[in-house]
Amino acid sequence: MKTIYLALKYLAILLWTSFVALPFLWALTTSFKTANGVTGGATYIPWLQYKPSLEGWKVLVRTGGQGIDIVGPYISSAIVTLSASFLSLALGTLAAYGLSRFSYRLGFLKNSDITFFFISQRIMPPIVLAIPFFLMLQFLGLLDTIPGLILVYIALLLPIATWVMVDFFNNIPRQVDEMAMIDGCNPIGAFVRVILPNSLPGIAVAGLFCIIFGWNDFFFAFTLTFTKTQLLPVAVVALNSSVTPWWSLSASALVSVAPLVIIAFFVERFLSSGKMAGAIR
Amino acid sequence: MALVLQNIDLREDGIAHLDNVSLEFKRGRLYTILGRTLAGKTTLLRTIAGLQHPQRGSMELHGQDYLDIPVWKRSTAMVYQQFINYPHLSALANVMFPLKRAGMSRDKARRRARAVLAGVGLSGFENRRPGALSGGQQQRVALARALVKRADILLLDEPLVNLDYKLREQLREDFQNIFKGQDDAIVIYTTTEPAEAIQLGHEIIVMDEGRVIQQGNSLDVFNAPTTIRCAEVINDPPMNIFSGTIDKGHINLQGDVRLPLPSHLDQLSEGPYRFGLRAADLSINGEIESEVELSEISGSQTILHLRGGIGSFILYEEGVYQYAIGSTVNVSLNPDRIYGFSVQGDLVAAPAPMSKQWR
Repeated sequence: MKTIYLALKYLAILLWTSFVALPFLWALTTSFKTANGVTGGATYIPWLQYKPSLEGWKVLVRTGGQGIDIVGPYISSAIVTLSASFLSLALGTLAAYGLSRFSYRLGFLKNSDITFFFISQRIMPPIVLAIPFFLMLQFLGLLDTIPGLILVYIALLLPIATWVMVDFFNNIPRQVDEMAMIDGCNPIGAFVRVILPNSLPGIAVAGLFCIIFGWNDFFFAFTLTFTKTQLLPVAVVALNSSVTPWWSLSASALVSVAPLVIIAFFVERFLSSGKMAGAIR
Repeated sequence: MALVLQNIDLREDGIAHLDNVSLEFKRGRLYTILGRTLAGKTTLLRTIAGLQHPQRGSMELHGQDYLDIPVWKRSTAMVYQQFINYPHLSALANVMFPLKRAGMSRDKARRRARAVLAGVGLSGFENRRPGALSGGQQQRVALARALVKRADILLLDEPLVNLDYKLREQLREDFQNIFKGQDDAIVIYTTTEPAEAIQLGHEIIVMDEGRVIQQGNSLDVFNAPTTIRCAEVINDPPMNIFSGTIDKGHINLQGDVRLPLPSHLDQLSEGPYRFGLRAADLSINGEIESEVELSEISGSQTILHLRGGIGSFILYEEGVYQYAIGSTVNVSLNPDRIYGFSVQGDLVAAPAPMSKQWR
């Protein structure tokens, strides 16, 4: 019975791992194929089943003629995502600390309602926000610009940062803030010197979410830009033409996902639980 | 030079956490606030620390208004019943924290913090983070952080309650020495345990439902609790209270129990009273038939919860014995140790202090 259970367990793990990992494997092998290699049936082993080629990767940095240069959009995406994530995190952390530690009341609205109001902005479909954002950026003269996109992305990422951090701060006992104040910190000092250093896991999670959502957004990057500014997801889609270039699409997919994998690898060390162990018993 | 609280009222959601509290704490003395859970002990400490603000009343330290001073500017140190430390800092950095906030140089702060950590028995643990210390050691770090400030007021809110029995005993003994180094401070210590309050000595303040119900030397309060409520709080297990009358030189209790009137009660006029008797002043060698409702072993004593004609009561017996629930025992009451309270619950006569027990 135990053997069957173990077998089923590992089978389930294997199936799920395959489901997650095989698309990457497929993209990796495809990125080194030529048009013939893709159309000639499913092949996976380079040199044996197909002749590897760097054609798919060359397309990504080619300017003019065939292909598209993704270096520019890559840098633009990095600037927009990192700026918006940093500002959202900074503002969201402060907002979350306020919502966690102080009581606000506006008519019948209380802290929990305000927190829900933040996240409710992410509940509605993006298309609903597209027109107001378009009009606002047009009014500000920021359409098709990086600052305009940063502004829109802050509006999109701030709720995520706030929501994650409120929950995190709620789990840090208030007595820790109080003790810091008894030890001579004013409320801001208590936040900066004691609460913030102990919130690194929460900040890491919120930051990772912000970067993932910002980096992967296609809809607003597409609707709020035209010719001057282009972000990576839009540039990747622009690779597509009458004949789908699977090889360069695969290469661009790997290039797009690479920074997130690297960031997740470094952030993971902050995510381990137990950072607050020893604060209170 | 003292901390003076006058007519402090603090209410939250219609509940009085502090009800007209007036107290004076003198420098260089240790005050133990004794009371049950929700008696207002923690609220009182938090109010002194500035973490809660009373709706009414005044607070002065050394003759100057203390209520309007923000928490971080008060000369107060506090140890919570939970061991609160800064988990991102080492034990040494935790203890240095208040000194650095006060503007002390790093070297001086480090020297003083090391000395205080050694004083609480944590030499060699300076570089460990709180998460890597045991519960007792964590509380010692919290204590060291409070002591290192040399604040005017040192507040200790049931600092031993979350420790196991052995550690509690050990730290309680250490406190005697630790507090000796705080001669200039007002030390206020809260507890729910009467034995702890009496062991720490000095002055005891008994609180109940946000009010101060008695204050005085710990043995005086123990020997002469002014009300039934105070008698219940200052004794563990709580003092047994029986209703009865004084009539023709006798105490008549429920269930036709008749005791000779002891000399310390003979000046009382005849009439209804309530009588108090500590659990240790009943014994199993008498004629009052009682049923065992619960039997507990505490250390080397047996605590029996009994029900008889005189009502429900608790008996404290030296030695470890086993009693079956529902079994019957015959109990006697020591009339010489009976406290007389009015029907309203105020002390009217107390037995002579037990000098033998409290030598």
